[in-house]
Amino acid sequence: MTLAAPVPRRGPRRDGRFTAWAFLLPAVAYVVVFFGYPLAANVVTSTQDYTVKSFYTGEAPFVGLANYAAVLANPLFSTAVLNTVLFTAGSLVFQFGIGLALAVFFAGRFPGGALLRSLLLLPWLLPLVVSGAVWRWMFDQDHGVLNAASRLIGVGAVPWLSSTAWALPAVILTNIWIGIPFNLVILHGGLRAIPASLHEAAALDGAGAWQRFRHVTWPLLRPVTGIVLMLGLVYTIKVFDVIMVVTGGGPANATQTLTTWSYRLSFHDFAFGQGAAVGNVLILAATAFGLLYLRSAKATLAEAAA
Amino acid sequence: MVNASLQPSGALLRPDPAFFPVGGTLEGYRKALATQGPNLVSSVVIALGTVVVSLVIAAPASYALAQLKVRGGTVLVFVLLIVQLIPGIVMANALYTVFGNLGLIDSYAGLVLADATATIPFAVLLLRAFMISVPRELTEASRVDGAGYWRTFFSIILPVSRNALVTAGLFAFLFAWADFLFAVTLTTGQSFEPITVGIYRFVGNQSADWNGIMATAVLAAIPAAVLLVVAQRYVVAGLTSGAVKD
Repeated sequence: MTLAAPVPRRGPRRDGRFTAWAFLLPAVAYVVVFFGYPLAANVVTSTQDYTVKSFYTGEAPFVGLANYAAVLANPLFSTAVLNTVLFTAGSLVFQFGIGLALAVFFAGRFPGGALLRSLLLLPWLLPLVVSGAVWRWMFDQDHGVLNAASRLIGVGAVPWLSSTAWALPAVILTNIWIGIPFNLVILHGGLRAIPASLHEAAALDGAGAWQRFRHVTWPLLRPVTGIVLMLGLVYTIKVFDVIMVVTGGGPANATQTLTTWSYRLSFHDFAFGQGAAVGNVLILAATAFGLLYLRSAKATLAEAAA
Repeated sequence: MVNASLQPSGALLRPDPAFFPVGGTLEGYRKALATQGPNLVSSVVIALGTVVVSLVIAAPASYALAQLKVRGGTVLVFVLLIVQLIPGIVMANALYTVFGNLGLIDSYAGLVLADATATIPFAVLLLRAFMISVPRELTEASRVDGAGYWRTFFSIILPVSRNALVTAGLFAFLFAWADFLFAVTLTTGQSFEPITVGIYRFVGNQSADWNGIMATAVLAAIPAAVLLVVAQRYVVAGLTSGAVKD
C-alpha cells in the first residue's frame, strides 16, 4: 500500500490538470458568456444611441458620454438617487431593528417558538410579486385592510399609494416586512453562537437584561451585524420587484429609484443607451458597497480564525 | 411584538374570506386557474429548467474548486462573489440586447439561462463551501482504489453532498419561480407568460379584481408554503450559508 500509493498519484496529477479544468469549464464558460459578454455589451450600449430601431438595423451611432450627460442632467436623476437612499436606509434600519428584537426574543426557548419562527420565514419565501400584490391590496384607499384599521381607531383614511407623500413610506413598509426574516435568521444564528455561560456570568454579577444585551450580546454580535447590514445594503439597493408591483415608480415618480428608472428608460422609453448608463451607475454603487462587505467579511473570518 | 410581526402574514392568509363570501372565493380560484393555469405551468417548466442547468454547471465546478487544486480557482470564486452584487436590472438590460440578437427573447431557454445567471454563482459558492468539508481521505481512498476523477465525482462526491445539492436546487427553484425582473423584461407575453408577470399584469389592469388576484397570489405562493413545511431545514441552511460563509 505504501508503495502503491505514490505511483498512481503521479499519473493522474498530470492529466488530472485537464480533467480538473474540464470540471470547471462549464462554469467558466457560463460566467464569460452570460456575465462578461453582456456586461461588456452594456458598457458599449451606454455609449451608443441605442433605440428600438437598432435591433432591426443593427446600427447604433456612437455618442460618447452623451447618455451619461443626459441622465445626469435629467431632474429625475436626483429624485431617483434620493429615493434610493431613503428606501435603502429606511428599509435597513427597521428590518435590522425588528429582526434583532425578534431574534433576541426567539433566542429564549419556549413552547411553539420554533413554529412561530418558521412562520416568520414565509414573507421571505413568497415570490416578491405575490407579497407586492397583497400589500398593494392592503394599501387600497377604499377597500384596503390598513385604512379599515385606521378608520376603526378614528384616524382618517390614508391615501397610501395615490399621494406622493405616502407612496414612498408605503413601499418602504412593504420592503421592511419582506426583509425581516432574513435579518431574523442570520441574527438568530449569531445569537446562538454566543456561549450561554457569558450571560449567566453577567447575571451572577448582577447585570440586568438590558445591561446583558448592551455589554455581552451586542459586542459579541458585532461581526454578524456587520455582515447582515452590508448584505442588506447590497440587496436593498437593487430591489425592483417590490416597487414595480406596489407603485410602479409612481405616483409622479414619487417612488422612482435607480432600478425602476433604469427599467423605465430601457423598456418603456426604449432609450436603451440611457438605461444602460443608469445601470452602470448602479453597478458602481453596488460594487463599492460589495467590496466593503467583502472586506468586513474577511475581517470577520480572520477574527473567527484567531 | 410577535403578534404585530405575524399580523401581516396572518392577514395574508385570509384575504379573501375577509371581504368575500365563501362562494365568491371559489369563483376567484376558478377564474385564476382558467386565466393563470398556463402561466403556472410555464413557471414550473422554467423553475425546473433552472434547477437542472444550475446544478449541472455548478456541481462539477464546485468539486474542482473544493477538492482539486486548480490554478485560478480563487479568482473564479472571487468573480462569482462579485457578480452576485450586480443588480438584476443591469443584467436584464444587458441580456435583453444580447438575447435580442440571438433570438432568445420570449423563449423558455432564454429565461432559464437568464435565471441561471443568478442561481449558478450562489450554487457554486454553497456547494464549494460544503465540498471543502468532505474529508480528503474519502476521495483519496477512492483514487487509490483506481477510480478516476469522474468516478470519484459521481460515486463519492455527489452522494455525500446530497443535502447541499438539495439546498442549492431548492434555492434555484425558488428564485426562478419568484423571478419577476427577467420574466417581465425578457418576454413580451406573446407566446407565454410566467406566473409573476401574470399577477403583475392582473394587478396592473386597474379594474382591480382583487378576488381573482388574491386567488392567483395564493396559487403562486403554494410552492413557498410547501417548501416551508417540507424543507425548512434546507431553507435555513441555505440562508445562513449564503450569507456567512465564504
